[in-house]
Amino acid sequence: MKRDIILAGVGGQGILSIATTIGMAALNAGLHLKQAEVHGMSQRGGDVSSNLRIADHEIASDLIPLGQADLIISVEPMESLRYLPFLSPNGWLITNTKPFINIPNYPKMEDLMVEIEHFKNHIALDADDIAKHLGSVRSANMVILGAASLFLEIEYTELQGAIEKMFARKGNEVVKLNLDALQAGRDFAEAHIG
Amino acid sequence: MDQKLMLLGDEAIAQAAIDAGMSGIYAYPGTPSTEITEYVIQSKEAKSGQIRAGWSTNEKTAMESALGMSYAGKRTMVCMKHVGLNVAADVFMNSAITGANGGLIVVSADDPSMHSSQNEQDSRVYGKFALLPVLEPTNQQDAYDMVYYGFDMSEKLGVPVLMRITTRLAHSRAGVVRNPTRAQNEIHLPANPRQFILLPANARRQYKSLLNKQLEFEKYALESGFNVLTDGNDKSMGIITTGIAYNYLLENYPDRHIPFPVLKIAQYPMPHSMVAEIYNSCEKLLILEEGYPVVEEAIKGFMDNGKTIHGRLDGTVPRDGELNPNIVAVALGNKDTRGKEIPSIVVGRPPSLCKGCPHIYSYNALNEALERWSKGRVFSDIGCYTLGALDPFDAINTCVDMGASITMAKGAADAGLFPSVAVIGDSTFTHSGITGLIDCVKDKSQITVVILDNETTAMTGGQDSSAFGRIEDICIGVGVEKDHIFVLDPSPKHHEKNLGIMKQELEYKGVSVIIPRRECIQTAVKHHKELKKAEVV
Repeated sequence: MKRDIILAGVGGQGILSIATTIGMAALNAGLHLKQAEVHGMSQRGGDVSSNLRIADHEIASDLIPLGQADLIISVEPMESLRYLPFLSPNGWLITNTKPFINIPNYPKMEDLMVEIEHFKNHIALDADDIAKHLGSVRSANMVILGAASLFLEIEYTELQGAIEKMFARKGNEVVKLNLDALQAGRDFAEAHIG
Repeated sequence: MDQKLMLLGDEAIAQAAIDAGMSGIYAYPGTPSTEITEYVIQSKEAKSGQIRAGWSTNEKTAMESALGMSYAGKRTMVCMKHVGLNVAADVFMNSAITGANGGLIVVSADDPSMHSSQNEQDSRVYGKFALLPVLEPTNQQDAYDMVYYGFDMSEKLGVPVLMRITTRLAHSRAGVVRNPTRAQNEIHLPANPRQFILLPANARRQYKSLLNKQLEFEKYALESGFNVLTDGNDKSMGIITTGIAYNYLLENYPDRHIPFPVLKIAQYPMPHSMVAEIYNSCEKLLILEEGYPVVEEAIKGFMDNGKTIHGRLDGTVPRDGELNPNIVAVALGNKDTRGKEIPSIVVGRPPSLCKGCPHIYSYNALNEALERWSKGRVFSDIGCYTLGALDPFDAINTCVDMGASITMAKGAADAGLFPSVAVIGDSTFTHSGITGLIDCVKDKSQITVVILDNETTAMTGGQDSSAFGRIEDICIGVGVEKDHIFVLDPSPKHHEKNLGIMKQELEYKGVSVIIPRRECIQTAVKHHKELKKAEVV
């Protein structure tokens, strides 16, 4: 078993919270893990990505080979497309549809959606909107993770456990908010793939 | 102890240094090396005062402090990015001649592909230049084990040891198993009281001693177990990897069975017998190394009259940039893989100054103040404010090395360019700007120096700035006239006033210093949160 995941977003959007949650769940499940992060200049509002590799055997490379990623998990729609060369033909593209516009030439949303829908294995959801309805837009990343959870080959309960551990410090309310967000994302994905 | 920690390569180095009994760490922040020192600063050993951990003014002062701690017999580490080693090169080269007393490890983090750098120089060349042993870990566990081993080696051989890592190891996380912790050394001064006095007579003796140790360095590289030669049935090719290139090779063999003999190099000087064995037993060689073709050039030789050697020099591997599994696949003649192309509607998203960043308002005022002159007069430096080169500011014309803004502006002013403007951050100013300013004062150079004081080292994540609150005192101290030092508040509401001062000082035929001062928006938000948290408690 292996899951190679490209996490994508814009510097400051906190993609590492998704990586940390998956990482904790994977470690708890006894899996091997490697996670390449981006630090430095691009964190200032530039495009950022993280290579997260999970396997039941020793992992060699810190970087995922092009064309071999099983998942792209993106918290921003245009950024989800930037890493398509990494995605394997059978891989899944899971992305937030809420754009983060900090450049003057950001493409039209409908054009982006055409490209995303062009890829047969995709789940596109407005995670910010779903999270807002649940109580806080700050849990949007967990909505995205929930949508991706169907494809991770990690027990759902492990992900729940990781969230409980990660947010325990912030109190029960925050834990519940994030667990609800995870579930909402998962429900959306289940409905989407039928 | 056998529970794995999930650590960045940088953090594995830090944890190993703590466990191996290090007494002090010195560094100037620089991507991708910053997290080593940050990890130590956050450790309980540093917080309780057992380990001295903190930021130095630049890499040279950091390395000199480390050498002093080594002189006193304690274990110490100094960390920097690759170009930082240029700044520390004077003391680094001479530390090879003095040798070490307490274990001394110099970590230099290279940045091939220049993710956050101005060049992709390979620190292994410095190791050879200084005639010192070099460690180049393959993975996070290796990084841990090598630091632990490196301190012992440094003390036994009596020399500093250079550890070279690259971005992907520095900033990638994996499981690391720790060793037992070792107590710190007691203070003990060098047995030879003249060891650190590099008067010519002593230096000649010490240099001979360093030369005489070279065979022993190689013996260590042969016996430490970090360099590994694995046999393979297919002798049509032998493969030599260095550092993390080994991982990319392995990635190309999912069953982990490589048919060719492989020499994995992780410690230098290269053991001659191992290289000879793979060279002699194979028809040709493929050399995979992250960075310059250091090993490739050595084996190929100037005359290149031996066996065929494939690598960066003959184009089998690209001449520049970092490696990845796909580049290695192509070099091996394997089938390459690639998903769909990036749709053409996807546009670049370069980094940019944060919303509310004080630099925005400094650049707005400076651009307007310079409107009456032609373009091309602003010499800048290295930090977040280098982003002033991009739209919508297009405000700066140079970025070369730490501190070059002031001195290049001086040179251009000497050539007759007036006005000539330097733009430098507060941390870069203390790093390498002050000496240049002294040159300007001495020559009465006709320049305007803008010191963007956001009270932190922002680009690398908000580390201390050495001259917090003392920038204007330093300028007065080095001789800038008080009447030509101005502190501004770079906020929109002060725009007209700031513009007026800038216009006036650009006309001044001497050294003037303008200090726009407001805290970095990132650290301000962080401090605000900490304050709120403290109030709740």
